[in-house]
Order: sequence, then C-alpha cells, then structure tokens
Amino acid sequence: MKPVKLAENIYWVGVVDWDIRSFHGHTYTTKRGSTYNAYLIIDEKITLIDTVLRPFAGEMIEKIREIVPPERIDYIVANHVETDHSGALQDILKLCPQAKIFCSEKCKEGLFKHYYGNWNFNVVKTGDKLSLGKRTLSFIEAPMIHWPDSMFTYILEDQILMPNDAFGQHYASSERFDDEANEWELMDEAAKYYANILWPLAGVIQKKIEEIQKTNLPIKIIAPSHGIIWRKDPAKIVKAYTSWSKNETKPQAVIVYETMWGATRKMARIIAEGIADAGIGVKLFDVAESDRTEVMKALFEAKGYLFGSSTHDNDMLPGLASFLEFFKGLKPKNRLAGVFGSYGWAGGASKEIEGVIKEAGVDLVAPSLDVKYVPDEKELEACFNWGKDFANKIK
Amino acid sequence: MQKYRCTVCGYIYDPEKGDPDNGVKPGTTFENIPDTWVCPECGVPKDMFEKI
Repeated sequence: MKPVKLAENIYWVGVVDWDIRSFHGHTYTTKRGSTYNAYLIIDEKITLIDTVLRPFAGEMIEKIREIVPPERIDYIVANHVETDHSGALQDILKLCPQAKIFCSEKCKEGLFKHYYGNWNFNVVKTGDKLSLGKRTLSFIEAPMIHWPDSMFTYILEDQILMPNDAFGQHYASSERFDDEANEWELMDEAAKYYANILWPLAGVIQKKIEEIQKTNLPIKIIAPSHGIIWRKDPAKIVKAYTSWSKNETKPQAVIVYETMWGATRKMARIIAEGIADAGIGVKLFDVAESDRTEVMKALFEAKGYLFGSSTHDNDMLPGLASFLEFFKGLKPKNRLAGVFGSYGWAGGASKEIEGVIKEAGVDLVAPSLDVKYVPDEKELEACFNWGKDFANKIK
Repeated sequence: MQKYRCTVCGYIYDPEKGDPDNGVKPGTTFENIPDTWVCPECGVPKDMFEKI
C-alpha cells in the first residue's frame, strides 16, 4: 500500500493489519483485522502524528521515505501511549533522534514507563498551539478517551481532527475514506469498538463532544488512529457517539445463557418466543458458542437483558461468570435485566448472577425464573409469559 | 470527613489525606478543591466524582 493524501502535504503513512484477530490481548476479536493510522505533514517542520504497532515499523518508515527522508522528521506528536500507536517510536527515533515529541504529561510519563528512553519530550496542554510553518496544530487533552494520556490533535488550516482512538474502528480495508468504504461494515465495526472499549466512558465522551461543539470548531475531516477516515461525513460518527454516550437504546432484548444438559437452553428459547410474541426483537446467545466481543455489541444496542445458567457447584457456570466479569466493567446504564435457569437441588446460579447484575448497576425488573431439571408444559408456559412480561417492560 | 470517588477510575479522594502532590493540602474538603483540579490517577475533572 502507498501513502495516501488527505490534503495538500498531509498524508496517511499507516499500515493495514489484515491478519490480526485478537486485540488488547485476547479481550477483543478483530474479525476484520485493523489498521494503525499514522499521518505525515510536510511543512517547514516535518511532522509525524502517531506511529504504528512495532512489527510494522519498517513498512511505515518506507512509506514515509516515499515522501521525505525520515531522518528529516522534526516533530512527532504522540496522542496516546498504547503500543499499537507508540510501538514504532523506538524505531523512527533511531533515524531522527533529535525529533521533538509533543504529548500530554501523562503520555510522557507513560512512554517512559514503556520504553525507558530519555527522548526530547515537550509536554502540551489543551489550547496549546504549535506552528509547523504554513500550518498550525492545536492540542486538546482527552483524558480517559480512552486512557489518561489520550489527546486529540487538530490542524487549524485544514480543519482536520486527529482524535487517535476516538471515532476509530478495527477494520482492515484497501479503502481509506468513508465515501469509498462499505458503509455497513464500517458502522458495524465502529459500534463494536464503542461497545467493547468506550462503553464505560460515556460521561467523559459526552462532555468532550459538548466541549468541542461549544467552541464551534469546524471539522472537515476526522482522521482516527484505526480504520476508515471520515472525510465525506464526519458528522455521522459524531452523531453516533453522541447517541451512544447518552445511553440511548433500542427496545430490544438479548438473552445470554450457559447450559449443561439443555434445560436452560430450552427455557431460553421459549422465553425468547414470549418476548417476540410481545412484538420486541430478541437475540439469543449460548455463551459457549458465541464470540464475547460480538455479544457485547448486541447488548450495547438493546434495552433489556436476560441472563441464564444451570447451577454448578452452587454457582453459575464459569463461561457465563467470565462473560459477566467483562460485562460488569463496561458499566452499562439505563438497562433492565432478569435472570433464569434450570437447577437440580439447592440451586444458586440465579442468586449469584443477580449479585453480579446489581454490582454492574443494572436494574433487575423481575424475580428470577427457576425450574427444577427439565421444564414441563406448565413451566414452559410460565417461561413464555415471563418473556412476554419482560418485553412489556422494555417497550 | 466526606470522601469522594472518581466514577471513571475508582480513585478515592480522602480529605484527611488531600492530594499534596497536586497542591491540595490534607484537610481540604472536596468542595474547596479548585475547579481546575483533576483526578490524579486518570485526569478527569471534578464533575466526574461522586460522594461515597
């Protein structure tokens, strides 16, 4: 892939990672790969905005070399500490060791605690401006979008916002821009990213969007650090983030369960029929067969959640326990939930699940539905009605 | 004294300890911390804190 022009003298010099299928360790499945977006500005001061994951350093450097010798880089802006963006700093700095690095205070501390290099750090704060010659950069600190060190960089003259991970997607493609991309895949990956990584940061995200809109900052292009660049319709992704950060949901239900011998699954299916009968859309996921990252995306859109498990050693099954551990950390707001399951003797799963749901701050809107071993006709009817009642609470 | 927790990262502000590294003396109530102060752990502003 070659460097791609965003505007006169502003280039994408990132890389496409077609093969990656796990991110953040193994917490996020990247079914469509990813990209690491770095940008190069040619001006009196040659400036690099972010870098790439370390194994791709060579590719990024060759891309830069097609435009300018990397040895001539004067400034590097580090918008984020995380190694998928800072990894190649070590390599590029071997070529331009005198380059000044512009970053937030926490980014400077974080970069040192990763790489232990006494680099030419220049700490910047919100409102600071940096002249490159014809162009001026403006910095906006964005703590916890999504790390304490995170920052946005804005090119005044071209009205390009570079918000690093915000508005990004783990989406490998030969296309670089929203007007070229497959719209459906793009929004799917944008939502998946938000649901799995940014969901707990709703308050901070909402405030940052309001803060930027108050300044009436004109934004022609949003160039994130992953995926497609928004040049045709940046307002589209800002609108989506505004809605998502306000915890807006669709009146839909998602059922997530784990089953030992099929009785809990049987209950789940009949509950789902009751929900659908009440006119509410529902999705079912067997935790053992499902991709957790994809299920979180489904949960993110929906208002109502039902969790079910067989009882095992007085507790829920470990697959669901692991699922709920991740779910809890996403700090879901404005959702309703219920719990169900099949047990054999003393039970316990429902009580444990309810405990986690309460910890997660989600309202339980019905008593748990528990059935001994395999449900009979009457118990299946009760499942159907329980589902129907739950659906009516979502409407 | 009334403690406050950062809703984003969980950091607890204890007025008895203050946040001396960032200019907030021990004994300072949360209300009296300047509005420019941010969570020392994650950097978010005062309005993201809740009483505990």
